[in-house]
Amino acid sequence: MTPTTPTITADSTGVGPLVDLDVVDATLREALRAGGEWAELFAEDRSSTGVLFDEGRVEEMNSGRDRGVGIRVTAGDVTGYAHTSDMTPDGLADAARTAAAVATRSPGGGTVDMESFRGDGTAEPRVEVLPTTVGEDRKVALLRAADEAARSMHDAITQVTARYADSRRRILVANSHGICAADDQVRTLFSVSCVASGDGGLQTGRETVGYTVGWELFDDCDPAELAQRAAQRAVTKLAARPAPSGEVPVVIARGGGGVLFHEACGHGLEADLVRKGASVFRDRVGSQVAAEGVTLVDDGTMGPEWGALRIDDEGHPTQRNVLISDGVLSDYMWDWLRSRDDGRAPSGNGRRQSYTHLPMVRMTNTFVTNGDIDPDDIIADTPSGVYVAQLGGGQVNTATGDFVFGMTEAYLIEDGKITEPLREGNLIGNGPQVLVDIDAIGNDFAMGHPGTCGKDGQGVPVGDGQPTLRVRALTVGGTAA
Amino acid sequence: MNTEELARLAQQVCERAAGNEQIEVCVSTGRSTTVRAYNGEVESLRSGVTAAIGVRVLDDGRQGFASAGSLDPDVVADTLEAARRNVAFGESDPHQRLAEPDGMEPPGLDLGDPAVLSIPDSDKIAAAIDLERRCLDADPRISGVRVAAWSDGWSQSALASSTGICVQTSTGSCSIGAQPLATDGDETQIGYAGDAARRPDDLDVDRVVTESTELATGQLGATKPPSEHLTVVLAPSVAAAFISVVASVLAADSVLKGRSPFADRVGSRIADERLNLVDDPTDPATLGATNFDGEGLAARRNALISAGVLDGFLHNAYTARRSDTASTGSAVRGTRSVPGVGIHAPVVATGDIANDKLNASVSDGVLVRGVSGLHSGVNPTSGDFSVGAWGHRIAGGELAEPFREATIASTLQRMLLGICGIGATAEPLAGGMSMPPLVVADIALSGV
Repeated sequence: MTPTTPTITADSTGVGPLVDLDVVDATLREALRAGGEWAELFAEDRSSTGVLFDEGRVEEMNSGRDRGVGIRVTAGDVTGYAHTSDMTPDGLADAARTAAAVATRSPGGGTVDMESFRGDGTAEPRVEVLPTTVGEDRKVALLRAADEAARSMHDAITQVTARYADSRRRILVANSHGICAADDQVRTLFSVSCVASGDGGLQTGRETVGYTVGWELFDDCDPAELAQRAAQRAVTKLAARPAPSGEVPVVIARGGGGVLFHEACGHGLEADLVRKGASVFRDRVGSQVAAEGVTLVDDGTMGPEWGALRIDDEGHPTQRNVLISDGVLSDYMWDWLRSRDDGRAPSGNGRRQSYTHLPMVRMTNTFVTNGDIDPDDIIADTPSGVYVAQLGGGQVNTATGDFVFGMTEAYLIEDGKITEPLREGNLIGNGPQVLVDIDAIGNDFAMGHPGTCGKDGQGVPVGDGQPTLRVRALTVGGTAA
Repeated sequence: MNTEELARLAQQVCERAAGNEQIEVCVSTGRSTTVRAYNGEVESLRSGVTAAIGVRVLDDGRQGFASAGSLDPDVVADTLEAARRNVAFGESDPHQRLAEPDGMEPPGLDLGDPAVLSIPDSDKIAAAIDLERRCLDADPRISGVRVAAWSDGWSQSALASSTGICVQTSTGSCSIGAQPLATDGDETQIGYAGDAARRPDDLDVDRVVTESTELATGQLGATKPPSEHLTVVLAPSVAAAFISVVASVLAADSVLKGRSPFADRVGSRIADERLNLVDDPTDPATLGATNFDGEGLAARRNALISAGVLDGFLHNAYTARRSDTASTGSAVRGTRSVPGVGIHAPVVATGDIANDKLNASVSDGVLVRGVSGLHSGVNPTSGDFSVGAWGHRIAGGELAEPFREATIASTLQRMLLGICGIGATAEPLAGGMSMPPLVVADIALSGV
């Protein structure tokens, strides 16, 4: 039996690289021994805490811990990947050989440029208070306050669920081209969901707040106030009437409306989909793809937003990428593989759910920048239509650009005024068409709720945002005749 | 570690229960491979091994849970201690106790076909490349294949509790999936189909190729339909998606917590009398088959809706105790989560209209071949749903032009009562599941 040395040199305080750099070097060399051109080691140590408060009591407190390494080896267009939770040098070498087995078609093979390793493989968390240093009783107290605030809001509130969650994800990325980078990502989230009962049945209201921060989240966020907003949403919807069915002008409130752009065009601007001809935006760089005044940005540096990262999961610094500038498509988003093929620099958008996954092109914080119209004027200037105050999730078919997203709080607009609440429904539109149909952009930009973006079975945290804006015509999927 | 060793490990942790403490331990190991092909070559081959433990500790009705992605002895010990720490903050619920053995015999299914363990990587690569090639050859309008993939996995797990439950399982499966692109001029459409089975020779590659490419080519030229209320035919895959949503609101946890539109409806008509829905995890043909539920009780067949009447709800040990009834063996969980309640393998009884006569029976309406936004478009508490839909018009009883960029909307309650036809043949879906097409009256189609 071969003696093994534990290679985890860091404890939970985050000192030292996740894998000893000599072991990183040896693993990368092993990965390239069979003829691969390029190799990468991705190590991850993730811990999480969650508390579920339901029916007026703590129903469950849970904690989780995950550590592991993924090794990637490429040769030409072929990628081999192997992951393991065995972080001993032997375990890593095994994974390196497994990853390399398929990526052996290069005649010369690559070399490891450890001399030029940039960075020492460590990073400090960018938070004021690590959630792990806060007593669980304080987390429970916030949940209880939220529950009580929601229930005391209105007699119609019959059920309240409040959730607290924090996570810490330490990563180390090193590759044979000399990248050696680390990040320490801490996220904290609080959500409240309420059920209101009325003559017409049950309705729900939900509020979520989450940032890439620690316990200081609650310096600015009052869970009781959040709970009251969720309760109010549920109660308001008790009086809601069926949403219209068909094309109408739609005004989308500032903040979470950004998910519209995430679906309408964000995914279609991911270079992996573009490369495979699976995007309506292929071959459109330099073209007018949106109305004048529409500027769309993806910005991973936007701390403390939910999609903020110092580096992506391939070790490249995140950056502010302008995707659409005043209506003209300026660039796609890139990971390492796709940028290598195009002979350009990556844009810091290579992300993965965990060490068991291959990275691919993903969004970070995606938003539309401010226009110059007072949002009240946009509504006053809309004779009839729908005002969407809160959005749920969405989905897009990138090949056609058709996308849906849920309206979880919406109202009729009649004679330039917001009037009756509407029942839930989906909006459906076509990305390229919606972009040119934007005919008013407000000056009240805000980021929206924390989101999880799913693509090919991987979920990653993302943010989105926008000012109030109006789309000339979107199909509202209601039931009203 | 084999399943015997996993079971022993789980039992050893349970034996550390002290005082009033109850401990339940789920441990698992797994290995998986995914191959993607592109342009006739392997694009990526990903493989890995995983291990996981989930420990649930109950003490005086309080619950704590902890999980980790390793079975190293120090990690196992840490996980138990973390679950114990978490218990201290739980709040008591007298019904919150572990499942007790109920004397029910498990169905004794052999679900661990080792065939998937002996497939060489070269065969997996060949399968993915072949799938891509066959999609490209299926129709001249197929311009590319975004994803052509092979996956397989093998997992072993054991669950033990301080109430005397100790069960173990090995399962293997393999799957294929394709997303071909069809192009005509400037227009591109994407299709999707997949299959999964316990053995590679049970995978229906022909169906995946035909279905995925026909979905893509069939959508070429699709336009946005006018908005109207009409009768819809739900293709089997779409019917299955809606039935899964219906099953989720028949889980007793959502009922007990006042989040199901069907609370207090047991014994009442909630659907058209043509509808019969059962959960049958005892049929080994489906990947939903299982010997045990997520708390180690025997999996069993449960009738949910018979001739339109709601028979009852799905229960795990907690919801059963709270409802003064017995668990239906419907605890569902991953190693790393506490048991919830859910359906294992939904089965809808076939109806009396030949599948190829369904369009004629509708005369004018739409055939919905795909839906999008199910996760955001269905509110399981109110029952309201509104989802993106695409498919074909039905005119004069015949399939007509394709439509897209539309939604279908109603409520789950109205949809179940509005079922007005069920196909006489259940068509195969991924994972050995099968489902007849359903015809539903008075659905709002929103387009132009």
